[in-house]
Amino acid sequence: MQTVSADVAVVGAGGAGLRAAIAIAQSDPKLSVALISKVYPMRSHTVAAEGGAAGVVRAEDSLAHHFDDTVSGGDWLCDQDAVQLFIEDAPRQLTQIEHWGCPWSRTEEGRVNTRPFGGMKIERTWFAADKSGFHILHTLFQTSQQFDSIRRFDEFFSTDLIVEDGRCRGVVAIEMRSGEVFLFKAKAVVMATGGGGRIFPFTTNGAIKTGDGMAMAYRAGVPLKDMEFVQYHPTGLPGTGILLTEGCRGEGGIMVNKDGYRYLQDYDLGPPDPWPRKKAMELGPRDRLSQAFWHEMKKGRTIDTPFGESVYLDMRHLGEKKINERLPFVRDLATSYVGADPVKVPVPVRPVVHYMMGGIHTDIDAKTPIDGLYAAGECACVSINGANRLGSNSLTELLVFGRRAGLGAAEAARTAGDLADAGVEAQGREAEARIAAIAGRADGGETMAGLRDRMTKTMEDGAGIYRDQALLADTINELADVKSRLGRVPLRDTSKVFNTDLTSILELEAMVEISETVAHSAIQRTESRGSHQRLDHPKRDDDAFLKHSMAHRQGDGAPRIDYLDVVITTSQPAERVYGGAAEAKDAKANDGKAA
Amino acid sequence: MRDVTLEILRYDPDRDDAPHFESYQVPAQEEWVILDAINYVKDHIDPSLTYRWSCHMAVCGSCGMMVNEEPKLSCKAFLRDYGDRIRVEPMANFPIEKDLVVVMDDFIEKMKESKTWLIPKEDRSIEEGEYRQTPLELDAFRQYSMCINCLLCYSACPQYALGTEFVGPAALALTYRYNNDSRDGGQEQRADVFAKSDGVWHCSFVGACSEVCPKHVDPAAAIQLGKMDSAVDYFTSFVTKPRSR
Repeated sequence: MQTVSADVAVVGAGGAGLRAAIAIAQSDPKLSVALISKVYPMRSHTVAAEGGAAGVVRAEDSLAHHFDDTVSGGDWLCDQDAVQLFIEDAPRQLTQIEHWGCPWSRTEEGRVNTRPFGGMKIERTWFAADKSGFHILHTLFQTSQQFDSIRRFDEFFSTDLIVEDGRCRGVVAIEMRSGEVFLFKAKAVVMATGGGGRIFPFTTNGAIKTGDGMAMAYRAGVPLKDMEFVQYHPTGLPGTGILLTEGCRGEGGIMVNKDGYRYLQDYDLGPPDPWPRKKAMELGPRDRLSQAFWHEMKKGRTIDTPFGESVYLDMRHLGEKKINERLPFVRDLATSYVGADPVKVPVPVRPVVHYMMGGIHTDIDAKTPIDGLYAAGECACVSINGANRLGSNSLTELLVFGRRAGLGAAEAARTAGDLADAGVEAQGREAEARIAAIAGRADGGETMAGLRDRMTKTMEDGAGIYRDQALLADTINELADVKSRLGRVPLRDTSKVFNTDLTSILELEAMVEISETVAHSAIQRTESRGSHQRLDHPKRDDDAFLKHSMAHRQGDGAPRIDYLDVVITTSQPAERVYGGAAEAKDAKANDGKAA
Repeated sequence: MRDVTLEILRYDPDRDDAPHFESYQVPAQEEWVILDAINYVKDHIDPSLTYRWSCHMAVCGSCGMMVNEEPKLSCKAFLRDYGDRIRVEPMANFPIEKDLVVVMDDFIEKMKESKTWLIPKEDRSIEEGEYRQTPLELDAFRQYSMCINCLLCYSACPQYALGTEFVGPAALALTYRYNNDSRDGGQEQRADVFAKSDGVWHCSFVGACSEVCPKHVDPAAAIQLGKMDSAVDYFTSFVTKPRSR
């Protein structure tokens, strides 16, 4: 085991991790940062975000609008103090990365341009064509290169957090190139490891999004919060699950069923015209649109494609010029992967697992309950996303809370004083032994891919867009069975070098662990809210469930779920309305003001 | 559905003296990409097969490989464009780490040496808001900011094949990208990248880099434009201070 000492270890070098590392380096160049990532930074999945990042910048917009859209979009499960902090800091952080070179799309006057996204009253999404996440990630990565205090450990696969005397003291990771186990001793740690969409079979998420960091924190004793809230994006390409950004609809794209009918008007999102207009129809929130698809499918009004049922996303009326300027990547993806050029034909799409609202429990300073341990980005749950994240809030979130996590960790490291190392090293050796033991397993007749496929199938069957008690109970049983068989997967690659057989097994362990928190949190939440829809409990129940689910690890058994109150400051829970109903409500409110 | 045979170059430095090919029969679906077929091998035939991949949508840049001797992103190389025997090798011009994984340290160092980050022409506080940049000014560098660092261009570059002293297409394109950003004032700090002999002057303008670029970055154009800038700087240095933009 090799040892590296740093003041702060940052795990994950996507948007949140890079932003945290830069914040630490800028705030105190004397603090050493170990930036540890299982992939090179530019491979991180931030790269795949397309549409943009929300921040109030237009004169006719206001922080109050961003607050309201976020809180109602999240079906009142957001912590409102966190949302307030977030929307206030958002424009500053988006401006900051503009100063670092992010090539935001511009107006003719040279100002940053904005586009509308779903559930948004005024257009406030900053975009770089339809490669916003790509540009944010590369801007952050390239910016980070200039700080000598940031030492990168690219392609180091983290396995364990070290917690000693109630304080997080480091990370254990495998150097892929050598197979050596490294102990990173640190005075504070930031988790920025992304989500775990790969627990489902059909997802926009890249192969790396296996929830490792969530599982590490969970095993270290941090509760995972609101894990039952899994966002389906309404427009993924059938077959591959490749994302077509909400920007397609922000620019005016429409969705139709097999009869060419704009079916969203049947689900409290209409009337369809005039179009485009905000917070209505195709610019409703993601949960509502994905749920509408499910109903259309049940009614037999979807299109049968070789890759499953689909509806059409029709962008033809936008014209080639606008599509090339605003949505060039979408055009390329749709043309290449499903043979549908959006300039010429409607593109088949279907809902696809996209984002986990839940994650590592933190407070508004991105701090977990364990001293010295911080988390930000999709792996964390602050919570600004509540029961349904508003599109384009997550790119901003990783900047706002990535920075905050970095600053918090820097302060924790500065004030740590002298810390004893003996226990830390002992824990490192235990982790190393656990990893080594995988190589010694007997062949119990299971394969990684076989168990992975059983896990993803049961997650879709029981914990998909709509859920109920019986389906979830089956999923829970199936997951327990899969979990009991994990130890029977032999390691078939016995090489030390770049052993992806080993890391796949470790990733699967993490995925099964977080799948259990999703299923158990979901079965115990006997209400419907945002992305969590229970066929057997179709109503929201604020009396019982205006609360965050907290999943606590109980050894190898099922997680224990308890609850934490949601922070409400100014916005009392109300009915979520979009389309004509929202417009009527706004008109009524304005009349009230006028009177 | 059709059966394809993948001939994949295997090399494990722990046990192999030299790389060798192994063949795998894959029952492939017609709409698959090469990466899907490789994933099939790993899931169902040999879990030790080693390669990088993540996004499966041609933007993370992980899965570059030689497919029938051409550098390709395997997630965007469609089986429909290939016959029933397909040869897959690690990217040319890089040391093999294991199987299809190559060592990319050289590029990572070159990115840093080339100072590929914004060096502001003028300081601006957050309170002053964004720098003004017109769509025309954005267009001056936007294409060169699209590089996903997949390194297919290095794999195609005849100059890089001769020796890694050449800074190479992607790093030069990114250097050009910052030099031509209206917000940037770091041209002089990056002058060495273009001027020194292993910079642009090594490029023989074959243009292979631009042909294989999956994002149409056109590094060859950046290098030629960079040559012009560098020459102007050189001659201007005799008569006046180095040019700044």
